[in-house]
Order: sequence, then structure tokens, then C-alpha cells
Amino acid sequence: MTTTLSINGQQRSIEAPPDTPLLWVLRDELGMTGTKFGCGMALCGACTVHMNGSPIRSCVTPISVVGNQPIATIENMENDEVGRAVQRAWVDLSVPQCGYCQAGQIMSAVGLLRTNRTPSDDDISGAMGGNICRCGTYHRIHAAVKQAAAQLSGGKTS
Amino acid sequence: MNDRALTLETDEIDGFSLNRRALLKTGVAASFVLAVSAQGVVYAQGAAPAKKYGAASMPGGTVDNPLVFVSIADDGQVTIVASRVEMGTGVRTSLPMVVADEMDADWARVTVVQADADEARYGNQNVDGSRSVRHFFEPMRRCGAAARQMLEAAAAAQWSVPVAEVKATLHEVVHEKTGQRLGYGQLAKAAAKQPIPPDDKRRLKTASEFRYIGKEVVRAVDLQNISRGTAKYGIDPHMPGMVFAVIARPAVLGAALKSYKADRALKVPGVIKVVEIPKYTGPTVYQPLGGLAVVASNTWAAIQGRNALELNWSESENARYDSVSFRKLMQDVASKPGKAVRNNGDAVAALQKADPKNRFTAEYYIPHLAHASMEPPSATVLIKDDGTCDIWSSVQDPQNALDNVVKLVGTAKEKTTLHPLLIGGAFGRKSNCDFVTEAAFIAKAMPGRPVKVVWTREDDVQHDFYHTVSIEHLEAAIGPDGMPTAWLHRTVAPTIGSLYNPKAEGESPGEYGMGAVNLPYEIPNFRVETGDVPAMTRIGWFRSVINIPHAFATQCFVAELAHRAGQDPKEYALKLIGPPRKINPLTAFDDISNYSESPLIYPFDTGRQRDVIEAACKGAGWGRKLPKGHGLGLGFSYCFMTYTATVVEVAVDDKGGVTVVAADMAIDCGPQVMPERIRAQMEGAVIMGLSLALMSEITFQKGAAVQSNFNSYLVARHTDSPPVVRTHLVNNHLQTPPGGVGEPPLPPVAPAIANAIFAATGKRIRDLPIKSLS
Repeated sequence: MTTTLSINGQQRSIEAPPDTPLLWVLRDELGMTGTKFGCGMALCGACTVHMNGSPIRSCVTPISVVGNQPIATIENMENDEVGRAVQRAWVDLSVPQCGYCQAGQIMSAVGLLRTNRTPSDDDISGAMGGNICRCGTYHRIHAAVKQAAAQLSGGKTS
Repeated sequence: MNDRALTLETDEIDGFSLNRRALLKTGVAASFVLAVSAQGVVYAQGAAPAKKYGAASMPGGTVDNPLVFVSIADDGQVTIVASRVEMGTGVRTSLPMVVADEMDADWARVTVVQADADEARYGNQNVDGSRSVRHFFEPMRRCGAAARQMLEAAAAAQWSVPVAEVKATLHEVVHEKTGQRLGYGQLAKAAAKQPIPPDDKRRLKTASEFRYIGKEVVRAVDLQNISRGTAKYGIDPHMPGMVFAVIARPAVLGAALKSYKADRALKVPGVIKVVEIPKYTGPTVYQPLGGLAVVASNTWAAIQGRNALELNWSESENARYDSVSFRKLMQDVASKPGKAVRNNGDAVAALQKADPKNRFTAEYYIPHLAHASMEPPSATVLIKDDGTCDIWSSVQDPQNALDNVVKLVGTAKEKTTLHPLLIGGAFGRKSNCDFVTEAAFIAKAMPGRPVKVVWTREDDVQHDFYHTVSIEHLEAAIGPDGMPTAWLHRTVAPTIGSLYNPKAEGESPGEYGMGAVNLPYEIPNFRVETGDVPAMTRIGWFRSVINIPHAFATQCFVAELAHRAGQDPKEYALKLIGPPRKINPLTAFDDISNYSESPLIYPFDTGRQRDVIEAACKGAGWGRKLPKGHGLGLGFSYCFMTYTATVVEVAVDDKGGVTVVAADMAIDCGPQVMPERIRAQMEGAVIMGLSLALMSEITFQKGAAVQSNFNSYLVARHTDSPPVVRTHLVNNHLQTPPGGVGEPPLPPVAPAIANAIFAATGKRIRDLPIKSLS
């Protein structure tokens, strides 16, 4: 069955059963491998993308649910003001170790900062709590979200 | 002349081009490489000729030939080969950076390219055992120094001046007397024709001349690509015609597929075929478990197809593996004398003679752990009709993975190539290459199609090479000053040796040499025993390996002894360690392993152990007044030739909930090549240590792992992360040989947490994971 998805501003037609999770369409059908597989059960956040600008776990989101709602992935974050600020903070603080989970981490952070430019420590922990990093970069992730927030809010912090 | 033929970075990004192999192997290379075809110089480290130590004891040894690692294009762009794979420690940056520093290259004009598996060319490529900097720091320095001297010699020849009058400085060679200067690009062709300086003529920089080593100037080479989502991991190849496979494996080690029905699976849209994977024969160490692969047009379809399989497995004697009864077995074994592997004085007699009130016994339990790297195991293999076999994967030991495909699947070695990609976390799991062989078996059944095998998280958690499970039994006799006069440590755990010999029982020298026998305590009667128990699942290498239970038990035990003596745990530990001195681990500890390093080059230096304890305690404000419910705990370790100490502050709430509030970690790893990456490893070890101390546990019932995903195998999350993590890097100097960094910070974390909980609550922790105190 043919489904047309809106991904990073482009219409993409794919042949797949409607219950296919968006993750596998991105990775295996479209070759967009920036979005990672981690658990398949919305437990780790590695597969986080945005639907209508909000973070979702693509590993449990069937394409039938996505429909024509706009999807944004890590590959599009350079075209996003918040995305750029977060990516820059990630680089500035050398956040990644192995780096595998970081696309999902960045997508969650962008989702937070899009709605809250002055997040508290608890806001950050709450928004990032669903993203596992086995290398243990949480300390730097936390600092990087704060740095990006400060940049986006013109230096204001909570 | 193709000046950029060795620039493989673009190939990597745009999709795993097969040209990489052709480029590296045919020698169509930049001018610096093309002109000379010298053999690699194998650098042997170690003192005693009878036994090989360190890098020389590893397959492939080391290579320090600049023509293997460095090429310079006419425009001056320098390409440096990263021969070892990145798994998050920074080695893909740090070792090329060492080369660049010694050759005084401008890092902004350096491109790093990843080597294929080829130990004959590059030396050992196995990134486990915290060996990368330990074994390649000096060879890479020598490699860079040789390149610098060849550039200088070329310039001196061109100017007809003595070579002593010229100096390589930041990508150009300068003759100060005349003011002449030539860039590295201008010198590349002539430099390549210069003889490679022999070993004894290579002039290494002094520490004060370092441009990048030990500085925080160079950033990890993959940082930008990771943050953009363009970095390519072992699970990421995407190629035309690619098919995707998941595999149904036996739940119990040793069970085999007797029969199956795949009719329903083959009706799932997208499913193409099923392929049987042969069960291992003999040692399990690198071989697949066996089972049935479902191949489909995408991973999801393959998973759906696997769900529809009807499978009939044979019985296995490992079906009786049960974590509750196995613990009792280990306790039983630990209650009886074992095999002595270190014996100073007569600990048994001293314990027997001691007044019961001066005798102290404690038993500690540490469960199996799964690595659970965020990237599950994955490999892609393409076997063509002409017999060429290309492998893309994230493996810690690329040459070994390639060799196993050749051996088990029967591809021709000269036609088999392994292209290592970034490893999305490994922690020891990807030293075992079973998943690569699986993909090769399927690819052989589907010539011309790239086959990607993906392990689901359930596959990963339920079919891991697990960290061992152990009972650590400790006894001490206490003297009038509160210090132990006898120490008996009986360590009982399934051995990693069982991967090679399924009947192996009892820890190997390499295992009891990880923090059981090699403790520098000044105790006259000191005895370590191992007890025999079978391995009924695959036991693997987990970050810092059996240092985890050894450090947990011995560090908690020392703190318990301090408490009994009414003494401060830190002061007590320092008294036990004694004054600064260098101890020969072979003669003093019966440590015949010493992490395969020479006991002369790598003695146990108690001064360095003391220094990290002092640094961690100072950072944490040891002895300060704490809020109610808070406590400070200390743990320390010597692991992979590096000294570490951790002080943790915990807060325990009214309901027994434990929060790690702060961690101070100190390390002495000898020379510090990339301090920022060292700090990153230490910060990460706090989180992994917190995970295994508080929540992670794999248990077995009827031979199968009970846990399956992150809802049952728990690991630390952002919300568990301590708000304060301070890292303390001490004793940065070239006088001591390099130690490891990836593993050493982990062992002290769990005992520090347990000891902090005792300080906060008076409750002793002897079982991991702690979960909750209520």
C-alpha cells in the first residue's frame, strides 16, 4: 500500500503496510539513518523525531498514525533555529562519547526548548528522562541544554 | 598523480563505497606513500626476552611506519589513518592526533581516515582491554617523529644545508639562518624518498614541545557528524538491493533448532526467505548461537516474520540454569577452601588462631550484567558471485571478525574485507563477533544482495555475552591496632575461559589478576582462592571485567574493617596501602597476569594509588559536615595499569530511596593524551557504576535470561544522573608508561556508593543491585 509522508518538508511516497513504524520507513526504506533504533518499545528515545514539532518515538508510531502530519528528523535540525542552537551546544561541550543516542537526545532537547526557553533543572530532567545514554553523557547533556536555552533566550536563565 | 586517493572520509559518509578497499589495497595513494614501499617496523615493548608483554603479546603487534599511517597531498593536506575503531573513548581522534603532534602538522589540515581490518599492515586493531593509548601512544609518536624527520631531511637536501639547521614547525620546514621555508605539501614527494629513520634515530618531542598532546585543543573528529545525524555506525549501511534479517535464537545456550515451520512467516508482506544459521561447534567465543534467520525487505517485516515462526528447539543441559539456585551453589563453594592463587604467610592458621571477636567475615553478591550498548549488534555483508565478501560492522576486533567469517563461512581470505564503522557503544560486547558471522551465513545464501542483520533489544539483552555473576567471600583477622593481620578472599564466579573451553571452571590468572591478588595491602597473612562453578551462559568481557565484583567486595570490606576499628575509612585505607613504594606484582602478589604487561615496566606504585585517593577525597571535601541522610563513601582501584579513586555523596530519603548527589573521581593514567576525553570516560563511568550499583541485573530461569528490554533491564537515566560530577586528573607525566582509560574509572563507583549509603544510614550493602533500602 502506498503512503505519502511529509518528511523534512518533502513529500515521500513509500510502499509499506500501514502498521509499519515510522522508524523502519525512515531507516530501511528511505535510507535516513540519522534516526536510530534502540529498543522498539519507546523506552530509550534513540528514535525520537518530531511530529508537528513535538517529539515522538518513531519506533512505536505506525505510518497510518503519521498520515500527512509533518515529520522532522535530526537531518533537518540545521534548518531550525532551535536545532542549530542545540547542535552547537552539543559540539561546544563535546557531549557525545559513542554518539549513537545523541540524535534522539538532540531531538528531545529541541522539543523542550521549542516550548520552554528557560527550562529549570527539573524541566530538563523531565524532558530528557526518556532518552537513555549508556555511555553516561547526561551531565554534559544537561549543561548543553542549559547553554542552548541561554543562547535562545538571549542570556536569560531560569 | 592522484593526490587525494587516500581521502576516504567522503566515501564513508556517502555510503560505504566499495572503492575504499580498492584504494587502500592497490596503493593508488598520495605521493608520500607512493614513492616508498617499506615494510612496517614492528615495535616490540617489554623487558624479558622469554615472554612477550604488552603490545608485543598482541596479534599484529604494533607498526610505527609513517608510510603506513601518513600521506601528504601536494596541497599540504595531511591524511592520517586511524587504525583502531571508535567506540566512544576518542581513540579515532587521539592516536592520529599524536601522529600529527609529533610531525608538527597543523590539525586543521589533517584528515582522519578509518582503516579496514588489516593487522598485518597496521598492527593490532583490537579495541578492548583499554589498550589503545597504552600500546600505541609511543608507536604513534615514533611514527609522527619519523615523518617529521623525513620532511626535515627533504628540506635540508633541497637547500643543501645540514639537517640540524632546519626545523619542522606547524606544517612547514624552516631554515632560520636563511629564512627559507617549505610547506609539507611542497616537500611531500621528496620526503617520501628519504630513508625512514631507524628506531634509534627517531627524535621524539619533549613534553614541553607538545602542540596537542595533553592540551584541550583538538576536538573529537566525529563530533560534528554525530550532532548532525550524519555519522555512520555499524547499523547504518544502506545500499541498493539491501535486505534485512532478524534471527530467532535458542533461549537456552546449547539448544539447537530441531525443526521449524515458516509458512506463516513467509506470508508476511516483505518477507523473502528464511535461512538456517548453524549452531556453534566447540568454543562459543566468536560463533553464532544458531537459529533461523528471517530475511525481508525491511527490519520491521523481518521482525513480524520472526513472530510468525513455529520453532522446535532441542534440549540443553543449561536449561537448569537458575539464578536463585546458582547463587546457593556459589555460596556453598565459597564456604569451602578453594584453589589458592596467592598465599603470603599463613592466613588460614592466623584466622583459626584469632579470637572469634577479632574475626570478621562478609560475603558479597554481584549479578550478571548485560552490556546494552545503545546500538544493538548489527552487521552488513555482501558476498558476490565472484567470491568477494565485503563486511560493514561495528566490531571491537575487526581482524578477528574477518578471520572468523573466513573460517566459519568459508569465504576466501584474500577476497574478504571488513570496513569498520563507528561503534554505537560496546563496553566489551562487540569483542565477540557472532553477529558478523550470522550476517555472512545469510549473505552466502543470497549472493549479490547486501544483507543486514539487526539484533532487536530483546535479542541483545537475552543473548548477550554477560558479565559474570559472583560470590566474593572475605575473612579477616584483626590485630590490636584494628588493622588486619590475615586476609582471605575466596572469589567464586563462572569464568570467561568457558568461552574457549565450556568445561572451564575457576577464575583464570587474567581474572584473579583483576583486583583480587594484586592488592598492595600491608597484611602479613594474605591468601586468595578461587572456587569452581560452571558457566551455563556465555560469559563475556564487560567494561573493567571482573574488577567490578572484586573491587565492590574488597572496597566494601576495607570500609567495613575501618568501621569495626573505629577509624576513618580513608585513613584506614591509606594505612593498609602503606607508604609510597613500587611493588613487583609477579613476585609480591603471585600475579602472573599483570594485564599482560611487564612487571618491571608496570609495577604496582602505591604512591600513585595514594595520590588518587587524596585527590578524590580533597575534591569531595572528605570529612565535612553533611546534611541529614547524606553520606560520603570511598572506593579505589588499580585497573588496566591505571589508578583510580571515587568519592560519592549519596542522599537517602525516608523511604529508603537512594540518590547519588555528587561524585568526585580521580585518575592517574600516566600520560594524559586527550584530557577532555579522559574526563568524559570518567563521567560516563559514574553513570555506568550507578546503573550496576542501584538497578541493573540479569537473572536466569530455566536457562533463559528473564529480562528483555529497558523496562526490565534497568539502566541509569538522566533523572538518576548526579548533579555534580568532578573529575581530577593527577600526575600527568611521560615518566610513567601509559595506562588505560576506558575501563579503569568504573570499578570504584559501586563500592563508593555502598560505602556512602553506610555512612548515611548505618546499613551495609553486600548485594547488588541495591534497588531500594526499604
